[in-house]
Amino acid sequence: MRIPGLDLPFAALPAPVPVWRATVDAAQWQAAAVAVAQAGGRLVALWGSDRSAGGDTLLAVCAAYALKEGMAWLDLPLAQGRASYPDLSTVFPFAARMERAAADLLGITADGLADTRPWLNHGAWPGDFLPLRQQAAPDARPGTPQDYPFVRVEGDGVHEIAVGPVHAGIIEPGHFRFSVVGEKVLRLEERLGYTHKGTERRFTTMPPLEAHKLAGRVAGDSTVAFAWAFCMALESACGCTVPDRAHWLRALMLERERVANHLNDLGFLGNDAALGFGLAQFSRLREDWLRLSREAYGHRLMMDGIVPGGVAVDVDAAMGERFARHCDAVEAEVRVLAGIYESHAGLQDRFATTGKVAPDLAAQLGLTGLAGRASGQGADLRCDQRWLPYDRLAVNRALSTQGDVAARVAVRLHETFESLRLVREICAQMPGGDIGAVPQLPARGGVGAGWVEGWRGEVFVALELRADGSIGRCHCHDPSWQNWPAIEHAVMGNIVPDFPLINKSFNLNYSGHDL
Amino acid sequence: MWKIVRQIARHGIRTEDAPFATGDDSPAAVQRIREEILSIIGQALAIRVVDSGSCNGCELEINALNNPYYNIEGLGIKFVASPRHADMLLVTGPVSRNMEQALRRTYDAMPEPRLVVAVGDCGSNGGIFGESYATCGGVSRVLPVDVVVPGCPPPPIEILRGILKAVNRRR
Repeated sequence: MRIPGLDLPFAALPAPVPVWRATVDAAQWQAAAVAVAQAGGRLVALWGSDRSAGGDTLLAVCAAYALKEGMAWLDLPLAQGRASYPDLSTVFPFAARMERAAADLLGITADGLADTRPWLNHGAWPGDFLPLRQQAAPDARPGTPQDYPFVRVEGDGVHEIAVGPVHAGIIEPGHFRFSVVGEKVLRLEERLGYTHKGTERRFTTMPPLEAHKLAGRVAGDSTVAFAWAFCMALESACGCTVPDRAHWLRALMLERERVANHLNDLGFLGNDAALGFGLAQFSRLREDWLRLSREAYGHRLMMDGIVPGGVAVDVDAAMGERFARHCDAVEAEVRVLAGIYESHAGLQDRFATTGKVAPDLAAQLGLTGLAGRASGQGADLRCDQRWLPYDRLAVNRALSTQGDVAARVAVRLHETFESLRLVREICAQMPGGDIGAVPQLPARGGVGAGWVEGWRGEVFVALELRADGSIGRCHCHDPSWQNWPAIEHAVMGNIVPDFPLINKSFNLNYSGHDL
Repeated sequence: MWKIVRQIARHGIRTEDAPFATGDDSPAAVQRIREEILSIIGQALAIRVVDSGSCNGCELEINALNNPYYNIEGLGIKFVASPRHADMLLVTGPVSRNMEQALRRTYDAMPEPRLVVAVGDCGSNGGIFGESYATCGGVSRVLPVDVVVPGCPPPPIEILRGILKAVNRRR
């Protein structure tokens, strides 16, 4: 691993995906961001950590970058008495919210960051209560929510529409502030953090070998992706080798999760464009899919199916055969429904050109995952790195440059067919052997990283284990951090009634973002 | 258009029998539950869902209740967009402190009988998130709860059972 123009002391972490880690100083921290951006790399996550010991306060800020060779985890320890670091949002604009979150949770601030409004702290706990500091009290005095200074748009005929946190549908809470003229959206500002439930602090109170359950509840729709990323990080910290069969079984679950979510979204996208038929059909397919998951794994969403060292449930040949036959049936049905969607004039009228993020804007905003692939940003960890079992499966990358709702529908359809193929391939090729190993916690503590391509995009977990066998820090990153700000751009110039459709076409995560 | 009609005709009606708190799943019981909802609520049961900080697993399963297998509208149950139209509040999540006020306001906006069903382990008692600086530790810490539906997340059929149980308790 090398970042152009910098000589950093990278050490490889033992993980199935290539991850390197290096400690940097403030100048290197900033230079690395610029060099990564110039090399076409991406900032994946930014987070802080409190490693205080023996009365000394030791704070650090970390950044994870995706480069061609793999992931580079940079660690910037902050000098005693300092709680600030160079701002990265001038290079990667979406870093601003992650920096604001780090300020709320740890009291470390980015020098020069223009927007210093609290992000996760809405006033429900005191501003000087820093939950991820080691000396933080177990509880905080409850406060009352504070007003949030939204950016006001002035002008003739401009008015605001405030939506949320409680939304009209059965979805997660968040607030959207629209500035509109007539029915045209001039500006959207999001306010998130409503589902913040202290997940990252909760990790530090759990035994490492049980914390995969919490990781599996960071986001219910991505339970497999987060549980895998957490277990990968733990196994990486422990130097534990997972049996080959367990890798295949994990990938099988990940692809099943992808199909379940895509079926759900494809139905809701039809529904949001007033084709209720689409929701009825796709939700029927999804229900069949979840029922088979329950038969195979004992849980419809496959929660707790991935455990440290491997998987909890094996899939025998007979069930593998059922999976494969079910994929055949679902594929035939989705082809019929895709044909109906494609030839439905009313639906295409709503989908095409709506909520467009052109590829150059997407690159600037750092749009990632599924939505990125619909706007010409091709990153897909399953194709970009060689890791078991994806290196044996030759995943066919979905890509469109249209960047509108139609493109995000098309990418979902493409990925649904591809994942159905992958499920069949995995069932056919899976090697025999054990389905789990027992990780031994490192006696002197350690760090590990997990990096998985979930259905929404890349999920990343950074884990620090202490010498006493507890979790010092567990940071979970959802790709929604990158993509939420892009929705603010996607809706500009669209009409207010198209917002639900645009929002659904991204289908971003609140819980995984708010933590 | 004909493709849509053909697809609908090919699959027909997929609705399954509804589950009842009593364990009686016969067609007569379907009729009875409709009548009970009518006699107790006086109209179709309107439900407002509030996610008070769940992981979204419960939302997935509540949404699944709307798929053709469960046909809850056939039982006289409907999810509505405004608390002012709702007879029942279905709450998921451990109640994050950032959602506490919004949850209370939603409840306050509802007309009587204001049934409250807490869905999932988090709604029941805070679940894996428990009580902390950021969470209240369950719906009953904030609102009077009629029925809890444990599970992580509870499958749709259990959520439906919980809804029917709450209606029955107001007899």
